[in-house]
Amino acid sequence: MSDDAPTNDGQRFDRLPETPADREVEGRASRREVLDWWAERFGIERGVFEGYSFWEKGAGKVWIFNGEATDPSRVEAIGMTFLRTRQEHWKPTTRAATRFGGLATKNVIELDPEQAAAFVAGDDQDLPEWDGDWGYLIAAHEVAGERAPIGVGLYLYDELRSVVPKGSRADLPVVE
Amino acid sequence: MNPLDRYEALVDDADAFRAACDRPLPSVVRVNEMAASPARVREAFDEEGVAYEPVDWHDGLFRLPDGNPGGNWPYVHGWTHGQEEVSVLPGLALDPRPGDRVWDACAAPGSKTTQIADAMDDEGTVVANDNNLGRLSALRHNAERLGITNAIVTNQDARNFSTKPLAFDEFDRALVDAPCSCEGTCRKNPDVVDQWTLDHVHAVAGIQKGILARAVQATRPGGTVVYSTCTFAPEENEAVLDHVLGEEDCEIVELDLPLDTVPGVTEWEDETYDESVTRAHRVYPHHNDTGGFFCAKLRVGGDDPNAASGGEEASA
Repeated sequence: MSDDAPTNDGQRFDRLPETPADREVEGRASRREVLDWWAERFGIERGVFEGYSFWEKGAGKVWIFNGEATDPSRVEAIGMTFLRTRQEHWKPTTRAATRFGGLATKNVIELDPEQAAAFVAGDDQDLPEWDGDWGYLIAAHEVAGERAPIGVGLYLYDELRSVVPKGSRADLPVVE
Repeated sequence: MNPLDRYEALVDDADAFRAACDRPLPSVVRVNEMAASPARVREAFDEEGVAYEPVDWHDGLFRLPDGNPGGNWPYVHGWTHGQEEVSVLPGLALDPRPGDRVWDACAAPGSKTTQIADAMDDEGTVVANDNNLGRLSALRHNAERLGITNAIVTNQDARNFSTKPLAFDEFDRALVDAPCSCEGTCRKNPDVVDQWTLDHVHAVAGIQKGILARAVQATRPGGTVVYSTCTFAPEENEAVLDHVLGEEDCEIVELDLPLDTVPGVTEWEDETYDESVTRAHRVYPHHNDTGGFFCAKLRVGGDDPNAASGGEEASA
């Protein structure tokens, strides 16, 4: 790339390009890749995100927005943080997992009441019985008769690591 | 002086008013209905053994007599948000619809922004502004926790708010939940009474007038502006409305609220105010066992461009 090619400015919001072919800023994820990733990783249909726009601010932090925007480069926030890109394994945010994880059809690990309480407290735990993919999973449990996503876990070597952010961790009762 | 002394002349029962102001308020949560229904929250509270009581004038509010509104599963899932009962009134008065363009001029820490987004079913655009950058982090945290994707957060002085970063230059609705003297919150924060000064009342009233005027200017003809505070001071309530009625093209309209209120006052000390301020609502702590509050709904003047299509349709 030449010296005057567009680069990522971590202080402003820029809309993701539609496809990799439309990419002008090196390393920036495209909308198509983001939708493909959610579809392939969690089975969330691409149509779910049809009305949303996607924006990058910071190094690889992708935001999802459901309102009207043209050039919001100077605002403080647009929608919610959604996905961390520009790293080998993309990572969904906890809030993306709670907001959209109910629509996931795969890579959802359902926790029993004790495991759910440990997870939301931020504790890592041995869960050798999981026979699905390694990597980032959506952790869920049953509450009030239905499955509800709690957040994102990282599954490696028979262990589920809780990546619930410190400010969102809680000591909650085990609800049998 | 204790500022509550000066309002005894305004209330029907000064002893009951003062007694109510001395009682602490219970913790209350509002259900984030875009994430869960009130029935599902009740079921989850029952499973977990969280004590709760309904609020008779609003299905989506629960009082938690044991406190700790953040220490339960519904909160962790973003199904509930800790919010004082009276604080839902401006959102009800604003009555935003899916697809609207809404400005929350003094938005942090976001209780009303998130209530507005919920009422819009997360569709449309809510612009949540606050001049205090530090308080914006609380707003952002709350909006994300509740799963809101239709909010833009800005950090401007609302008095000369610029719509330049936005995709449009006027709003359908605007909320001015203004910075104020806050005596109405004395049941949860008794310090506000000790910190009260008349100088601050006069200073903040100037800011309130500037913000409300800007909100009227930034709202389309026929659009709605709601003004609210948590102070009893007429200088910060009726006087602000009276000033903006004189400066901007707008009128105060009738508003039904689902709890006991009394009309705004037309006289205070040496001042008199436009008769239409009686359409504003004063909420006193002893009438509904809540915090104190003030709320008025304004219609911006001019022909409503949406009137032909039914008036309440969202603009394209």
